[in-house]
Amino acid sequence: MSVFTPDSLALLLAATLNAGTVLGLAAMGLLINERSGVVNLGAEGLMLVAAIAGFATGVNTGSDTLAFLAGAAAGALLAAVFGVLVIWLNTNQYATGLALSLFGAGLSAFAGIRYTQEKLPERPNFAIPYLSDIPFVGPALFKQHPLVYLAIAFTAALAWFLYRSRAGLILRAVGESPESAHALGYPVRRIRLMAVMGGGALCGLAGAYLSVVYTPLWVEGMVAGKGWIALALTTFATWRPVRVLLGAYLFGGVTMLQFQLQGQGIQIPSQLLTMLPYLATIVVLVLISRNPTWIRVNMPASLGKPFHPGS
Amino acid sequence: MFKLEARAQPSRLLMVGSPVIALLITVLVGSLLFVALGKNPVDGLRMFFYEPIKNVYSLTELTIKATPLVLIALGLAVCFRANLWNIGAEGQFVLGAICGGWVAMQATPDTGRWIVAAVLVAGMLGGMAWAGIVALLRDRFNASEILVSLMLVYVAEMLLSYLVYGPWKDPQGYNFPQTITFLDPARIPKIVSGFRMNIGVYIALAAVVAFTIFLSRTYAGFQLQVGGLAPAAARYAGFSSRRALWTGLLISGGMAGLAGALDAAGPQGQLTPFVPMGYGFAAIIVAFVGRLNPVGIVFSALLMSMFYIGGELAQSRLGLPKALTGVFQGLLLFCLLACDTFIHQRLRWVSK
Amino acid sequence: MTRPLTKRSLLKAAGWASIAATAALVGCGKKDEAAPDAASAASTPEATASAAAAPAAPLNIAFAYVGPVGDAGWTYAHDQGRLAVEKEFGDKVKTSFVEKVPEGPDAERVLRDMVGQGNKLIFGTTFGYMEPMLKVAADHKDVKFEHGTGYKTAENMRTYDSRTYEGAYMAGVIAGGMTKSNTLGVVGSIPIPEVIRNINAFTLGAQSVNPKVKTKVVWINNWFDPPKETEGAQSLLNQGADVLFQNTDSSAVLQTAEKAGKYAFGWDSDMSKFGPKAHLGSAIINWAPYYIKATKDALAGTWTTGGVWWGVKEGAIDLVSVSDAVPADLKAKVDTIKAGLKDGSFVIWKGPIVGQDGKEVLAKDAVADDKFLGGINFYVKGVDGAVPSSK
Repeated sequence: MSVFTPDSLALLLAATLNAGTVLGLAAMGLLINERSGVVNLGAEGLMLVAAIAGFATGVNTGSDTLAFLAGAAAGALLAAVFGVLVIWLNTNQYATGLALSLFGAGLSAFAGIRYTQEKLPERPNFAIPYLSDIPFVGPALFKQHPLVYLAIAFTAALAWFLYRSRAGLILRAVGESPESAHALGYPVRRIRLMAVMGGGALCGLAGAYLSVVYTPLWVEGMVAGKGWIALALTTFATWRPVRVLLGAYLFGGVTMLQFQLQGQGIQIPSQLLTMLPYLATIVVLVLISRNPTWIRVNMPASLGKPFHPGS
Repeated sequence: MFKLEARAQPSRLLMVGSPVIALLITVLVGSLLFVALGKNPVDGLRMFFYEPIKNVYSLTELTIKATPLVLIALGLAVCFRANLWNIGAEGQFVLGAICGGWVAMQATPDTGRWIVAAVLVAGMLGGMAWAGIVALLRDRFNASEILVSLMLVYVAEMLLSYLVYGPWKDPQGYNFPQTITFLDPARIPKIVSGFRMNIGVYIALAAVVAFTIFLSRTYAGFQLQVGGLAPAAARYAGFSSRRALWTGLLISGGMAGLAGALDAAGPQGQLTPFVPMGYGFAAIIVAFVGRLNPVGIVFSALLMSMFYIGGELAQSRLGLPKALTGVFQGLLLFCLLACDTFIHQRLRWVSK
Repeated sequence: MTRPLTKRSLLKAAGWASIAATAALVGCGKKDEAAPDAASAASTPEATASAAAAPAAPLNIAFAYVGPVGDAGWTYAHDQGRLAVEKEFGDKVKTSFVEKVPEGPDAERVLRDMVGQGNKLIFGTTFGYMEPMLKVAADHKDVKFEHGTGYKTAENMRTYDSRTYEGAYMAGVIAGGMTKSNTLGVVGSIPIPEVIRNINAFTLGAQSVNPKVKTKVVWINNWFDPPKETEGAQSLLNQGADVLFQNTDSSAVLQTAEKAGKYAFGWDSDMSKFGPKAHLGSAIINWAPYYIKATKDALAGTWTTGGVWWGVKEGAIDLVSVSDAVPADLKAKVDTIKAGLKDGSFVIWKGPIVGQDGKEVLAKDAVADDKFLGGINFYVKGVDGAVPSSK
């Protein structure tokens, strides 16, 4: 049984890091959204539009960096539209988010029509010198695309921002009680818009990573539900950055593990194995939500509710 | 600068007019898109708004597409009015198809027509059971119904896949993933031979009437709505939010399951991995565009179906990309949501 | 989200809606069977009139695709066939297509619309169109229907398929010669007989030059899902495979191999540009020869029902763009096999062929017939794992 040789384990770990980065970045974007009190069900649409924006930019300019920037920008732009509707016009957050998902899916398919046969220029294999030669740990951890490490660094930065910086405190205050924040003189709506756009940029980055690095292709609907999973992850991880990243890795890991098990000829039907990550999410959700106090302490209190200044 | 302020009374003009305005904006953007793609906008609009309704055959096809949307959206409207966000109607649809399909597969050539009723009831129960899981987890563990219902969609799809690839595979089917084609007694009866339209239309219409009565004339419906609009007031009045939870989810699950069974035993005629058709998600849009109102839902379901069919036709006749359908549907909802805000609020110019 | 509509207005509207609907239904009750033909006649009076009056009017041909034309795989290959028909027959035909037609009831509507548009020859390019096509064919006996990869026929509906296992076998020969780890990997789509047959053929081909090879299989349960294909391919590589094969429709597997410095093949169409270093060859399907023949039959009035299964011999299957990294003797072996398939002297499915359990499924020198091949649901020895849900 070669599933658990050191080599294949190392490779499994590496693949997990890669798969988890997409989910992690998107989930962190949603975390920022939700910390300010806004639920964005349109993550899937955002990621799709960003994926085609990033891919198209990559094809036309040959630069990965520009592609990531384009993806982030596309995400931020669409999120801004969502934000204006939800924050200023106070439209229903759930419905607007769903509309965004649908619209984003159609728009990306539409824009991507002429890109389905395109390919991106070759990119070098990334590896940190010296560190990547260490047996086991090397191939497992140090042969990733720079964005993977950036995602980890960003997680730490986000955690610091939320819990140790003034701006983060204000953001959390807006999410907990926008009325109090407003009374204190903070521009609640502008803060929320910034959070929504920032979160959108991150979702966009995740989408661009998907189409530029993870599977350097454009195909309609290629996000294939990762946006929804990212939404679940945010709750799953009780809105804490580090837990979100770990949860993303867990999810990515189970997906890869499922393929590994298939290859070993394990006799469980593949469909049941595919179900595992989703069932796992439900189980964890139940465990987390069981304690209402805990939820109250962790979930931004104004999540999903519209804010009316002066009401 | 502009400021939004609440109106003293909701604008009646906009209540009726906002969907029309939203549609007009969508049509306008659509025309621009057609021009950008190098096609005559009139042709393009004709595909979406005229072709799907121009003759009896087209109308019947429209109803086939619209019926499941109406059924599911009615249930969702009840849920959403109670502030319960059942995103997983697609999964409940699949379970309805599975359960209804199982009953249908028990039919022999001599079975009486009563089995159709059994198929539909089984479908409803299946959908209710699946939604019941969501309700249970929310009731006992406070788990978000959005996330649980969504995760259950994937589980339902995998379950269907497992069944049609495995235990339920047609032994005469060359190992392809599909069940037997349901025998005639178990198929949903058509209304007029020569058209695919079946009695699902009657069921949908009956449901519209039933839901209208439920929501606006019964005490239970009233409780549900108050619970969604003003939970504190509802609690004070003694309306049980737990009852609203179960009612809302079971009803929407049941309706989605009914639609699933109708689809499986109707146009599909068997269970395949292609049973999930996205109706569960599209119905969410239908419910909103229909303003969570049963009659409005009928119209919005017809409109959405026109977009679907129009998209197909636009491709086969004009070579336009099918992705346009999604763009239009999303755009329509966006515009509608934006326009709706002006019903209760209005824009005023305030000079600094 | 609730609006204070009055009960009265609601009930009134509901009442009108029901009356209107019932009136419509009663109305169409009168039109009955005449309606579908009337509908199609009403929508294209010009087409039918011109077809009857002017024999020189072009033959309208329509194609229903399950995927997007730009998928660089299955649907792309079919569309290339359609373009070849246009090129070959010029003014005599007029082709059109609808892409991304979902398998199932929606297909029926699209097919009926194609009939209504005056198309007389209609191609359905995936298995899931079988039942809808049968229904539409029954209602329109004057239209010819061609169903790809299915098995049900009718007087005006026939089937066609390609022997993709021949391409798989040839790829296997190269894979067996190029592998260093003696482990091959296949990213499988959906566990239907065709795909299992291809996995077996791939393995048999590899074993013919390298008896020690093993094949690992992962299933993504979809024809086309680049991110999942990537993950599946990565997992196979992680398990020691150094040459990958696929039955899925995108270039993701090839690109994954390229990134990892391993080998892989293209599938359905020439994918060499997606992985220049990794690409060993592409097992392509060329639908042009069959589509041209079918069109000729329709134009000449010699169309009859039946079913064909074409391979290398008829020009429908090929292994192209074989890489220069492949040594000359291996290339020559593949060429010999190709020539043998063309003239019928080489048979892939000739015994002894042994199943995973070691028992013979094909005795020595016995040749498998198409029926045997059509229902394959076992793995040959050398393939790891069990066929999903085989009963």
